[in-house]
Formats: sequence, structure tokens, C-alpha cells
Amino acid sequence: MAASLQGQGGTAVAGRGLAKKAWSRQRWTMLALIAPAVGVLLVWMIVPLAMTIYYAFHRYNVLYPERFGFAGFRNFSLLLNDPMFWGAMGKTLILVGASLIVTVVLGIILALVLEKDFPGRSIARLMALAPFFVMPVVAALVWKNMLMHPVYGLLSWILGTIGLPVVDWFQNWPMTAIVIIIAWQWTPFAMLVFLTSLQSMPEEQKEAAWLDGANAVQMFFKIILPHLSRAITAVVMIESIFFLSIFAEIFTTTGGGPGQATTTLSYIIYTRAFLEWNVGSASAGGLFAVILANIVAIFLIRLVARNMQNPEKFG
Amino acid sequence: MKRSHLGHAVLGHGLAFLMFFPILWMIITAFKTEIDAFSMPPILFFEPTLSSLNEVFARGSYSKFVTNSIIAALGSTLLCLLFAIPAAYQMSFFPSKRTNGTLLWMISTKMMPAVGVIIPIYLIFQAAGLLDHIMGLVLIFFLMNLPLAVWMLYTYFKEIPNEILEAARVDGAGIVEELRFILLPAAIPGIASTALLCTILAWNESFWSLQLTASNAAPLTVFIASFKAAEGMFWAKMSGASMLAIGPIVLLGWAMQRHLVRGLTFGAVK
Repeated sequence: MAASLQGQGGTAVAGRGLAKKAWSRQRWTMLALIAPAVGVLLVWMIVPLAMTIYYAFHRYNVLYPERFGFAGFRNFSLLLNDPMFWGAMGKTLILVGASLIVTVVLGIILALVLEKDFPGRSIARLMALAPFFVMPVVAALVWKNMLMHPVYGLLSWILGTIGLPVVDWFQNWPMTAIVIIIAWQWTPFAMLVFLTSLQSMPEEQKEAAWLDGANAVQMFFKIILPHLSRAITAVVMIESIFFLSIFAEIFTTTGGGPGQATTTLSYIIYTRAFLEWNVGSASAGGLFAVILANIVAIFLIRLVARNMQNPEKFG
Repeated sequence: MKRSHLGHAVLGHGLAFLMFFPILWMIITAFKTEIDAFSMPPILFFEPTLSSLNEVFARGSYSKFVTNSIIAALGSTLLCLLFAIPAAYQMSFFPSKRTNGTLLWMISTKMMPAVGVIIPIYLIFQAAGLLDHIMGLVLIFFLMNLPLAVWMLYTYFKEIPNEILEAARVDGAGIVEELRFILLPAAIPGIASTALLCTILAWNESFWSLQLTASNAAPLTVFIASFKAAEGMFWAKMSGASMLAIGPIVLLGWAMQRHLVRGLTFGAVK
């Protein structure tokens, strides 16, 4: 590859008769530059997915390898008739939906507050951004133990001190507790995107609205929210893709319980695959996850593609 | 006017403090004794001690987890740059009619949910001897971050005027010289922030590392997850280990906050 690249300098000054040769050489150079990245991604995308599809149509349990065989749609029909699977689907939608709403609303509030100038604003922004860089297992353990522990947790102490009933979060409100942890990690991301978007808002637009006598509420709904709409769409789509695969937060806190209360789609696939070693069933479940993610991905890719068509707005 | 300014500052710092508080509480707990960590009501003023941090270091395996995290994060990031820089260079300076499509396709590979492909990857790794092998993690993190790296570098390279490169070409520079002596120096800030983002994402990744490693190749995420079993027993030690694990990454993240949106939203927001 290096040799073909080195030759490039000479061809630039090549005579007319060599133009065609130079052109094809140029094409090979271009291909050599991009082919490695495209190649590995192509393999990364196709091989595992093809294998998942293959296993989804086979009966295969690692513990009983001798029972391997073609199963047709059996894995799917078992899954679709399994109330646990639909329970997990429902839990996934609740988890994704609730986390989206909380992060977007809090993200907008934080962005609006931290957009205006005040002394120490950059420090405040850094503080508010920090949770996004905390690894999920740390976030989950800190919240679960030191903040939400029913006896020794700080929240329990605060609730008790102000005379409210103490909550055993992970027993009584497991899903709420997990949504709180996820929201804490992802609100900073939403905030940052909204801050970026607010900064691109033309000042004249705001001034004109003020001069027209708009109050703060009108200002928010008529000017700011429409301006943020594209950013909100982007945040919702990107976060959905990440939230669909939320795993570590559940794994380190509830382990899917109590009962099935926090068993989401990713978690049920994990239990099927690595606790029951039922590769066929887990693969069928995995395909559902792929389909769900792709529904979101299609819209996200469209948005990105639209931005690529308007180069002046993009970058 | 002044008054509302003050009110706004208080509100801003108050909200930011609330967001930061769990991290702060963790840092405080890291300097408590295990008994102080459990005291009820919680205590704010105490004799700070390094005993729990010392204990974390004393566990012989701790340095192994750190080393694994560093190898996985830096190794995958290096591979990412190695593959992404030439591709991004080609796409930003010699775009063809397929370039946009290729970029979009690359981004779309990032949207494959890990649970959808975990089983084949596990089986392949098992067959290839990559289970619980640090090179397995390097490989996965590399593939996971590659689309993002290509995309980010592409947007940075786009900002470099083509004329600079053309001038070099006229002077007879080959592609390798062009990349090394013209493009790389001009793009250092962009390459640095791409590398930082890849490092952060690889460092914090917790799905693949929990599934694919056990003892030999386990990075810090797996080490910290192991505290879940000892629930409620070692809060000070857990906080100490967590503080050491997230400290460097939070600092790196702060350093690159301006570039984060570009990398994570694929230009959907501007």
C-alpha cells in the first residue's frame, strides 16, 4: 500500500499520454485509503448479524450441543407467546420513554439557565456536565448504595429528616430508581446539545420578540422551543439508541428484579444467552432489538443526511 | 437588574451543584473510614484518611485492572486513528458521488445494538481464544468507535482549506508526505479531540467488557462492578476505587467539552 502511495507525486506532473494511467492510479490510491476502514466495518456489520439470524432459526443450547438443529420460526413463536418477553418489551419502552422525557426536560432547563452569562458560569457548566463522563457501573453503585440505600443512604436520611416516609427505592420503585440514574448520566448530554443549539440562535430574533412585548412564556414556546426542535429530535434519537441497550445500570443494581420488574429487552437477552445458554432464543430476541434500534436509526440517518445537503448549516 | 443577576447566578450554581453532588459525595466518602461511611446521620466533618485508598492499591490486582483499561482504551484509539485518518482524508479532500452514502452507512453501523450481536461475538471470541483476552477488548472498542472517529475527523478535515494541500502537491509532495507534513500538523486539534472522545468511550464502556472478560482482561468497569456483590460492605473502598477510575476521564471530558457535540450527534445539531 505504501508503495502505491509513494508513486503519487510523480504522476501529478505526468505528460498527456499518461493521463489515463495516472487517473487509474489515483483511483487505486483513493481506494487504498478508504478500503481498510470500510472493510473492517463491513465485516463487523455483516458477519455477526448474519450469525444472529442463523442462530435465531436454529435450536441451539450451549449446554446441550447435541440437540442442535434447524428450528424454523420456533424461537420466534416461543418468544412471541412468552409473557416474559412482552413484559420485557413493555419495560424497555417505559425505561426509554421515561428517561427521554426526563433528560430532555431537565436538559432544556439546565441549558436555558446556563446559557445566560453569570459569574462562574463556566465552572457551573463543568459541574453540570461531569456526570456524563462517569462510567455507568460507578453511577449505578454510587446511587444505589450511598444515596438510595434504605437505611444508610443520604436520600433516606434527607427524607426522614424532613418527615417524609423513607423509600426502599430498589424494592418499591426499581424502575423509577433506574430512570433516575440514567437521567442523571444523560441530562448533561442533552444540556450540552441544547446549549450548542441555543448559541446558534440569532440575537435579533430574541430582541425583536422582546420589543414586540413577548413575555418569558411566549418567548419560550414561540421562539426558543421551535429553534430547539431539531436539537430535541437529535437528542431523542441518539439517546433512544443508547437507552435501548442499557445494561450495566440494571446489571449492577437490580439484576432485572425484583421479580421481572426491571427486566428489559437487553436484560432478557442477556439472561437467555449467558444464564440459560439458549443461543437460539437469545438470537431471536436480539433480532427484535436490532429491528427496534433500526426504526429509530432510519430517522436519525435521514436527519443527518438532510444536514449534509446543506453544507453551510452543517459541520 | 443587579438583583435578578444574582438570583440567576445562585440558580445556575445551585442546579450545577445538584448535578455534581453525587460525584462530590463519592469523593468525600473515599476519604472516610468504612465506619464513618456508614454513620447515620451522615457526617460531613471527619478526619480524612487515606486508608481506603491505600487498601484499594494494596489489592494486588488493582494495577492489573488499571493496566487493562489503559491498554484497551489507548490501543483501540490508536487503531481507530490509524484506520480513520486515511479514510477521512480521502472523503474530505477527494469526495466522489458515493462519499456521502459511505459516511451515512458508516454512522449507521454505530446504531447496531450490542445485544443484537453479543452471541455471535461471544462464540467467535471463544473459538479464537479472544475471550478474557485484552486484545479482544481492543478489537471490540476499535470497531465500536471507528465510525465515530471517521465522522469526527471528516468534519475537522473539511475545515482545512484544500489550497494548502494543493500547494504541497504542486511542490511535488506525495500522498504520504502530504498526510504527514501538511494535513496532520494542521489537523492536530481535531485529531486530539477525536482521540480523546474515543478514549473516553472505550474507558467507560461496560457492556462488552462485562460480557467478554472475567479475570485476565477485566478492565476497571468490571472491577468496580464486582463491588455490587459486596453490597453495603465497603462503601469507602468502593468510592475510592470509583474516584480513581473516573477522575482522569472526567478531566479529559472537561478538556474536550466543546468538541463533544460534534462527535456524538454526527452533525445532526449545529
